[in-house]
Amino acid sequence: MRQKLLVLYAHSPDLNSRTVAWSAYDGTGQEKHTTGDSEEPPYESVVAAMRDGWRVIQFPQQYPAYPGMEYNTSYLRYEYILEKLEDSNG
Amino acid sequence: MVDKENLLTSTEMARFVADGFLRFDELVPNELNEAVCAEMERGEIPRVASGQPLSDLWQEQAIGHVIRLPKIQGIIQSLVGSAPLYDHHAVHTVQANNEHGQIWHADAIIDTRIHFDIQLFYFAHDTPREMGGTMFLPGSQYRRISESDIARYQNFIGQMPMVCKAGTVAVAHHGIWHCAQPNLTGKIRHMFKLRLNPTVRQKLLWNTDDIRDERIPGLLSADHRWYGNESHIEVVNRIKMWRFLTDDEEYDVSYWMSRIENTPDSELQAA
Repeated sequence: MRQKLLVLYAHSPDLNSRTVAWSAYDGTGQEKHTTGDSEEPPYESVVAAMRDGWRVIQFPQQYPAYPGMEYNTSYLRYEYILEKLEDSNG
Repeated sequence: MVDKENLLTSTEMARFVADGFLRFDELVPNELNEAVCAEMERGEIPRVASGQPLSDLWQEQAIGHVIRLPKIQGIIQSLVGSAPLYDHHAVHTVQANNEHGQIWHADAIIDTRIHFDIQLFYFAHDTPREMGGTMFLPGSQYRRISESDIARYQNFIGQMPMVCKAGTVAVAHHGIWHCAQPNLTGKIRHMFKLRLNPTVRQKLLWNTDDIRDERIPGLLSADHRWYGNESHIEVVNRIKMWRFLTDDEEYDVSYWMSRIENTPDSELQAA
């Protein structure tokens, strides 16, 4: 079995909220992904991906802002990592 | 000094503050584009030490003529003043038939200043989508990340590839997230990038005739969609930048700052 990873960045912590960014990493070697290779997300939300068989394997933790950092922005906050396992022979 | 008509306007500055970059299509004449392409191919644009006045550089090269075009000088003066320092430059090359996109990154390490450098991205030949070009992420410039910290990301809603004709120039805030795109053509792609540092306080350096333009609050409120729930935090970052650029510490958009700055200390007086 080989692992495919789909990383979806949601508008909010709600798994039904819309996808705003995405990445795909394919351990089966069947697909190649790179930056800027699609204009529309593969799924409109994390839940939509789950309905297509993707398993959520990591939830983003939520932390209050550190004092003094309340208005700083950095990484996308609502990052969900999903996987599918596929037979390496098939 | 540059004639007023070659400076940026206040609405352009507001777009720069919101988007992190501006583009000027087909700005450079074709004879200069062709000459600079030849210089890039032959490696004839020498690097010099960082921190020198830009005005001293490339007196003989075509790239120097490009930099000294009145409109380019106007863009530079509006953002970093009339006597900026050369930070560095690079001729970015993507080989033909390269299917791999560069990872998303910002140039250099975390930079906590509100003062900012600019980078000029000059596309001296036609750059159709199958050739790349540089992908920008509008509105990413205030995010505090270091270089390739953002390399896990591949795509964002609203990402914007520089698909353009020869002679197009983009000017970006130093913090903009960007990446070179695959070149699926049979020709090498070149892009000239130049970073400049300000030497004066970045305050009202542009053509301010339209400083009260009623479109400015809307421009500063642009929602690029990819940052989701943080859209209003991004507007706060832009208000802070607009205050810095205009030296107006009370400027606000949609009451976002006024509300959180309201901390009255006066006490109710007994009758």
